[in-house]
Amino acid sequence: MLKKLFGYGCLLLLAAPGLLRAELTIEITHGVDDPTPIAVVPLGGAQLPENISRITQEDLRRSGLFRPIPDTDMLSFPTNAKEVYYRDWRLLGAEYLVVGNSVMREGQFEITFSLLQVHSGKTLFTKVVKGPAKRARDLAHYISDRVYEAITGIRGAFSTRVAYITSMGSGDNITYRLMVSDSDGARENLLLESKEPIMSPAWSPDAKQLVYVSFESGRPAIYRQKLATAEREKLTNFRGLNGAPSWSPDGKKLALVLSKDGNPEIYMFDLQSRQFTRLTRHFSIDTEPNWMPDSRSLIFTSDRGGNPQIYKLTVANNRVERLTFTGNYNARPRLAQDGRTLVMVHRNNGNFHIASQDLKTGDFRVLTETYLDESPTVAPNGAMLLYATKQGKKGVLAAVSLDAGVRFLLPARQGDVREPAWSPFLN
Amino acid sequence: MKTQNLKLSLLFAMLFGLLAGCASTQPSDEAGDVATVPDETVETGVVDDGGVSGDTYEDPALSADTVFYFDFDKSVLKPEATAALRIHAESLRNNPRAIRLEGHADERGTREYNMALGERRANAVKEFLMLEGVNGSYIDVISYGEERPAALDSNESAWSLNRRVELN
Repeated sequence: MLKKLFGYGCLLLLAAPGLLRAELTIEITHGVDDPTPIAVVPLGGAQLPENISRITQEDLRRSGLFRPIPDTDMLSFPTNAKEVYYRDWRLLGAEYLVVGNSVMREGQFEITFSLLQVHSGKTLFTKVVKGPAKRARDLAHYISDRVYEAITGIRGAFSTRVAYITSMGSGDNITYRLMVSDSDGARENLLLESKEPIMSPAWSPDAKQLVYVSFESGRPAIYRQKLATAEREKLTNFRGLNGAPSWSPDGKKLALVLSKDGNPEIYMFDLQSRQFTRLTRHFSIDTEPNWMPDSRSLIFTSDRGGNPQIYKLTVANNRVERLTFTGNYNARPRLAQDGRTLVMVHRNNGNFHIASQDLKTGDFRVLTETYLDESPTVAPNGAMLLYATKQGKKGVLAAVSLDAGVRFLLPARQGDVREPAWSPFLN
Repeated sequence: MKTQNLKLSLLFAMLFGLLAGCASTQPSDEAGDVATVPDETVETGVVDDGGVSGDTYEDPALSADTVFYFDFDKSVLKPEATAALRIHAESLRNNPRAIRLEGHADERGTREYNMALGERRANAVKEFLMLEGVNGSYIDVISYGEERPAALDSNESAWSLNRRVELN
């Protein structure tokens, strides 16, 4: 009893600051025309602190590729393949069925779950996942990842995270926060709060650290912070700009922007030797570097051609090559993990949208229909991207699939949300 | 009950004291600013501030614009900006002091590009002042990009107010 009361007390304490935070909820605005009907049956057995099947349903729904069948329509609740009457599920039009059961073993929940194909009556897989109560959401996302991959052939990215910046207030009284949540917006964590701007969060390739820009000293400086311990370190603090850090996929170096020599230039910072190497040499603005998967070249924004366009730079020989030619404003490039799909902010008829360009075929597409879109960040499986946009006066996050077929908004309840950075795979 | 009332009134007194404390610091700061502007009708401002000298020289820089506006994706100074900056330059030549130029951009376009744009605008102001004979070592430049808007709306009138350099 005492323990229970104590538990409630903690909840209240946690809930109070929670009210001030910009928690995220999902609204799907557009899905594919014919999403695959799937039934994710409520788990049997030991009760978990989270509704596992509901979380999996929402994960699959958010991908835009699936239409989860509501629990209330289900005629039975099987917990393993043997208990399934396929005609119940054919009646509901379900193409796939996920059933599972949970047992408590040595303080851990052990979930055995199966994916079944309804028309053939075949079990596609049966897997086991285990974890403590506090990892309940991770267990659910694990199930979502396995189901998604088995059906689509693409690795699921539900067990990933998103870093983003929020701001609240206006004028001289603004509070900036660096936050990290699950990719579905749940489990928000505050990493840094400041009265001075925080910008440009970027992940380490192992997803255990972030680099970002903070003005907390009165000037921009680049910091890195470990997620698990909150231990942080100031990496650069030069005169002028210290911005746009990007961690190389091999983990060894950062690309960043310094204007200490009078003009914004791209530098490479070796995390081991602590040496800076200047990579660009031009009187124009060079900024927003992002590494290619090989860690040997990077893409960046430059207005050396008279307006902002995307360029590629090969580190070994400092050779620069222009990549974008559509329109007169293309900036803040990010590459999908395939190394081929470039996404960027693109101005079209005075409006700022997110666009993609296939670096092999040159195929250029505008992906979004919202306004003032910025900061695209691609999921590690390349299926979706998150970006920041405006809803009324409010900054919100939105998502679009790389084929533009699926779109949804993640509205903030309070404050502005922006600069999402999708984490790499966690393992 | 009585002690509770007493506690309450004490609390109010403390709160009021806090508020009064907060409120009082602001006007006294402003009075300090006002006092440096010679104004024949306001005597109390001068009396309050013991730090003011008897100098009656009126520096035109005090009434010149300190915010300079720019066009989208541009860092070219407009004629009204250069007019005001010439006045500041003369004042800074005569009475060198440290100044800070804060460059800003509107919300359109990307954040780090706008950081660079804000710096480019502040540097344009710095270079103009230096051409007018101001010692560059007195000039500090910082860009806030689009992170500190002066106006919050998403329309051209708000954007035109946000594309600016502030001289402090």
